[in-house]
Amino acid sequence: MTRTILLRLALLGPILFGVSLVVFLTLALIPGDPALAILGPYATPDNIAELRRALGLDRTVFEQYAVWIGNVLRGDFGRSYSLDRPVADEIAARIGPTLLLTGAALVLSVGLGLGLGVVAAVRRYDWLGSAARMLALLAISVPPFWLALILVLLVSVRLGWLPVSGMAPAYGEASIAEMARHLVLPAVTLSVVAAGVIARLTRAVMLEVLPFDYVRLARAKGLAERDVIWGHAFRNALVPLLPVIGTQVGFLLGGGVYVETVFQWPGMGRMLVDAILARDLLLVQGGVLVMATLYVVLNLLIDLGQNWLDPRIGS
Amino acid sequence: MLFGRTAAFFVTALIAFAVWLWATAPRDGRLPPNVLVIGQIAEPKSLDPQRDTALNDFRILANVYDGLVRFRPGTLQVVPALAERWEIGADGKSYTFHLRAGVRFHDGTAFDADAVRFNFARLLEADHPLHDTGPFPLAFLFQDIAAVETLDARTVRFQLKQPFAPFLSNLAYPTGYMVSPTAVRRYGKDFGRRPVGTGPFRFARWDSGVRVVIERNPDYWEGAPELEAVVFRPLKDANTRAAELLAGGVDVLIEVPADMRAVFRDQTDVAVIEAVGPHLWFLVLNTRHGPFRDRRMRQAVNYAIDKRAIVEDVLQGSAVVADGPVPRAFAWAHDPADGPYPHDPDKARELIGEAGHEGATLKLYAAEGGSGMLQPVAMAAAIQADLARVGLSVEIETFEWNAYLSRVNDGLGPEVDMAEMAWMTNDPDTLPFLALRGAALPDQGGFNSGYYANPRVDALIERARRATDVGVRAAHYRALQAVVREDAPWAFIASWRQAIAFSTRVRGLAIEPSFLLDLRGVGKPR
Repeated sequence: MTRTILLRLALLGPILFGVSLVVFLTLALIPGDPALAILGPYATPDNIAELRRALGLDRTVFEQYAVWIGNVLRGDFGRSYSLDRPVADEIAARIGPTLLLTGAALVLSVGLGLGLGVVAAVRRYDWLGSAARMLALLAISVPPFWLALILVLLVSVRLGWLPVSGMAPAYGEASIAEMARHLVLPAVTLSVVAAGVIARLTRAVMLEVLPFDYVRLARAKGLAERDVIWGHAFRNALVPLLPVIGTQVGFLLGGGVYVETVFQWPGMGRMLVDAILARDLLLVQGGVLVMATLYVVLNLLIDLGQNWLDPRIGS
Repeated sequence: MLFGRTAAFFVTALIAFAVWLWATAPRDGRLPPNVLVIGQIAEPKSLDPQRDTALNDFRILANVYDGLVRFRPGTLQVVPALAERWEIGADGKSYTFHLRAGVRFHDGTAFDADAVRFNFARLLEADHPLHDTGPFPLAFLFQDIAAVETLDARTVRFQLKQPFAPFLSNLAYPTGYMVSPTAVRRYGKDFGRRPVGTGPFRFARWDSGVRVVIERNPDYWEGAPELEAVVFRPLKDANTRAAELLAGGVDVLIEVPADMRAVFRDQTDVAVIEAVGPHLWFLVLNTRHGPFRDRRMRQAVNYAIDKRAIVEDVLQGSAVVADGPVPRAFAWAHDPADGPYPHDPDKARELIGEAGHEGATLKLYAAEGGSGMLQPVAMAAAIQADLARVGLSVEIETFEWNAYLSRVNDGLGPEVDMAEMAWMTNDPDTLPFLALRGAALPDQGGFNSGYYANPRVDALIERARRATDVGVRAAHYRALQAVVREDAPWAFIASWRQAIAFSTRVRGLAIEPSFLLDLRGVGKPR
């Protein structure tokens, strides 16, 4: 068990190295000069050359990468030139909101997905099961950008129930209730597709599990149907579902990029998009490293959960 | 059992959460009175006026800082601000400013002649200890300063290398705003996130990606403003911006896209105001290679393009037709007499025939987006269609904005005939000086990427720069406008008409031709 954890953590290093190398090279290859992006349209060639030297952009890509990775190993992520502040400061400010949004969306999508999936499997012959199945299909099919727009227009503009965007009221300090109200629409938007995916898989796995002997035995010994479904069938169905939920975490982190932009959520996703558009190499690198770490660690946690549910795995 | 209870708990928790949100919701969802919330299009890059180049940032700066001079509200005319008055030497090379007494920066530092000297030394002197708090992309606005002398605590004299009449309006631009020397020394490179000026509002906080808050400066030398605080929120998504205004989450929207202006006009509690800025959108024509070496061809393009259709249909009224190198927002220097080239395809065909270029194939470089570029791809397509109607076949090649800039600013090669470009300036001198002068070729550090050269134009630019009298200067710019219009080194297309939309609770808000935002006289009562 401990060995599994250590091994996985040891793998984090090579994974992050690979990720950073790919990102660095990609950004170096796409057109657009950071020096020009900083200086704007009025830049003269002399200014640009001077700034390129100052930023180290006149060196080869590999030299630049070596300098960067050396600094990162010493804990220095460099200074973002599009935001004019240390990359570490910016990430520190952005990571909390991203974790909050991803966490909320994960709870929602897992809760709704599993619930819908089980209902769709157990009641597969009547209207409730069909409704659950249709709902799951709809959740997968609905484009998030459209859903976001409709939710905002209906819930915020028309009904005035929830704020349109942001994480807190524009002025003054935010209460927890205010932050929760701001969280609802982005979290719902973000969770819908993942909930649909989880629901459909849950249904499929449950349909596989339900005919097994142990389920029949549980029924035969007179357990209440609720306990048969949830206590016996569902618990076993959960084992193959956990890795799927793990991949959905990656989807939620990625999907956050869009949702954060629409709902003006001050998280990592939006920061990354802005950084890419501004050719802010150091900020992109720092952000991607943190996101990749998050993804690997969260998946490790999921694997540990699977281990706990079914001790045969990984032992 | 465990999972059955978990499911029940999940549902109960969701319901309880909804009830709690409902119960704690503010009964009055409106924003507090006298706190103005402004929806901006992006997060500022920095709040150091010498470092910024974007209008988006200038709108905040304009309320935190003052310059020695400023633009009179509603115009691009220069009037006193931190300087009460000034004298210009007879040679046009010395400017003496008499500073207002008793002004202090928000951190308590006295604003005096030494502070002025410090500001220009940091900006211009490469060996100044705080020059490394740059880069300062717009420092060229002040490159003609030879020396800044402090005559006494309240008098400062600028010696220029040569007469340079745009000096005053450059001082009114954000690059000329005065920053607190104490704060720059203290925060160094981080000054841009801890700005200290003398303006009507002082900086309160900046939460990354969320807001910049500025608060009333009770000690403002001109009297404290009415608003208690102003919040600038970066709202990148245009739909979100619109929804926030409709839902009451922001009071003011800046840079309202054309297609949303109509929506807001239909709302009873939202007002929309517009102003044409000192902006010019044009096609650079390659006067060194290809058909546009012939002036008749350049004129033909100007006649062939239906500018009215572009501003009304493609841009949906968010621009007006441009008529020459001096945008009409510079009302004091602009000559409305000649007007834009009329849309006259027959005249265009005739000129093309005279030049012997019927059926020529032309290459047009278009940007995918970019500062002040409006709708570059759609506009390129409209231009392509207009030129097809006079028998010219146009190939469009598009580039990402930064890649585009480096390509076009390096000068047009033989492979390309036309390139889109847009400028927004604070003085009628800037654009002709940097982009039309014979000595402003790309390899000389200028932006004359179409290689236009006319000694008469060069002389007019020079004379206007030397004129110390505004009336004389204006006459030179009118003459310049007529010559350049006739020579047609560019196809003059449009000037941007910006709009802001705001809640009718807001009083006293105006849109400036400079596109800066002046909140001194703005209020928002309950």
